[in-house]
Amino acid sequence: MKARITVTLKNGVLDPQGKAIEHALSGLGFDGVGQVRQGKVFDIELTGTDKAKAEADLKAMCDKLLANTVIENYAVEIA
Amino acid sequence: MKSAVVLLPGLNRDRDMIAALTKISGQAPATVWQTDTEIPDVDLIAIPGGFSFGDYLRCGAIAARMPVMRAVAEKAAKGVPVIGVCNGFQILVEAGLLPGALMRNASLKFVCRQVKLEIANANTMFTRHYKPGQIIRSPVAHHDGNYFADAETLARLEGEGQVVFRYAEGTNPNGSINDIAGIVNDKGNVLGLMPHPENLIEAAHGGNDGRALFESALGIAA
Repeated sequence: MKARITVTLKNGVLDPQGKAIEHALSGLGFDGVGQVRQGKVFDIELTGTDKAKAEADLKAMCDKLLANTVIENYAVEIA
Repeated sequence: MKSAVVLLPGLNRDRDMIAALTKISGQAPATVWQTDTEIPDVDLIAIPGGFSFGDYLRCGAIAARMPVMRAVAEKAAKGVPVIGVCNGFQILVEAGLLPGALMRNASLKFVCRQVKLEIANANTMFTRHYKPGQIIRSPVAHHDGNYFADAETLARLEGEGQVVFRYAEGTNPNGSINDIAGIVNDKGNVLGLMPHPENLIEAAHGGNDGRALFESALGIAA
C-alpha cells in the first residue's frame, strides 16, 4: 500500500520561504501569482493491507513526528 | 554543583557548553548520549546548540524523539532545571517541554552576530542574578529562531511571566513574535533560548554577560 502525506503551514502562520518563492516567480515574469505557501510531501510505503489501520497509523505518524501541529496541518491520502 | 550535558549527533556547541559549565561550576558536567535512558542526579541539565540530525525534517524534530529526551522529560517533571540553547531550545519545543515553535528566520538568512537582550523576568531560577529590565549582550547563531505561538499561548506566556529574554533595542535577528528570545515552561524549571550565553562568560570572550544565567541556575553566588 502506498500513501502520501501532505504537510502545509496553518493559515495565519507567516511563511517567509513561501514569500521568497512568490517574489522569485514574479521576478521570472509569471504574472498573476498570488500567495505562495511552501509545504512538504512524504511518500510512504506500507506493508499491511488493512486500509483503516493504515489510515489510523499514518495519522498517528503525523501527530507524533511528521507534522508539527503547532504550526502545520496534514492530509493523508492512501492510493 | 553537578550538571549534565546532552550529546546528540550534529550538535557543535557541546564543547562550549561543557567548558562553560566546567568553569562556572568548578567541575566537568556528566555527558549523556542520545540512546541513554537515564540521567544521573544533577542540579542542571543542558542541551547545547548545533544541528542535531542535520536539521532533517524540522530543527530538533528527530532529536526530540530520541530515548534521552524521555529521560530529560522525566527529570523536568521532577523539577530538575533544564536549559536548552539554540538547537537545544528547538529540541525542547519539538519535545513538547516548551510551547510554541521555532520557524525559519524572517530574513531567510542565517544570522551570526551579537544582540542585546532584555531580562524580561528576573524572578526565575535562571535569571535571579540579573536585574529586572537589565540589558545584556549575547551572541546568536541560527537559521531558525523565529519564535511563534498562537494568540492564546502567547497571551498565557506574557501573562504568566514566562517570557524571560527579549531581543532589545531593535536587535531582533529573526522576526520572532513579541521579540521573544527565551521562555520558561509553566513550572519555571525548563528554559529555552536562541542566544548563546555560554559564549560570553569570561573576559577572553569579550565579556561575561551570560555567566549570571548559569550561576543563577546552579545556585552559585555571583
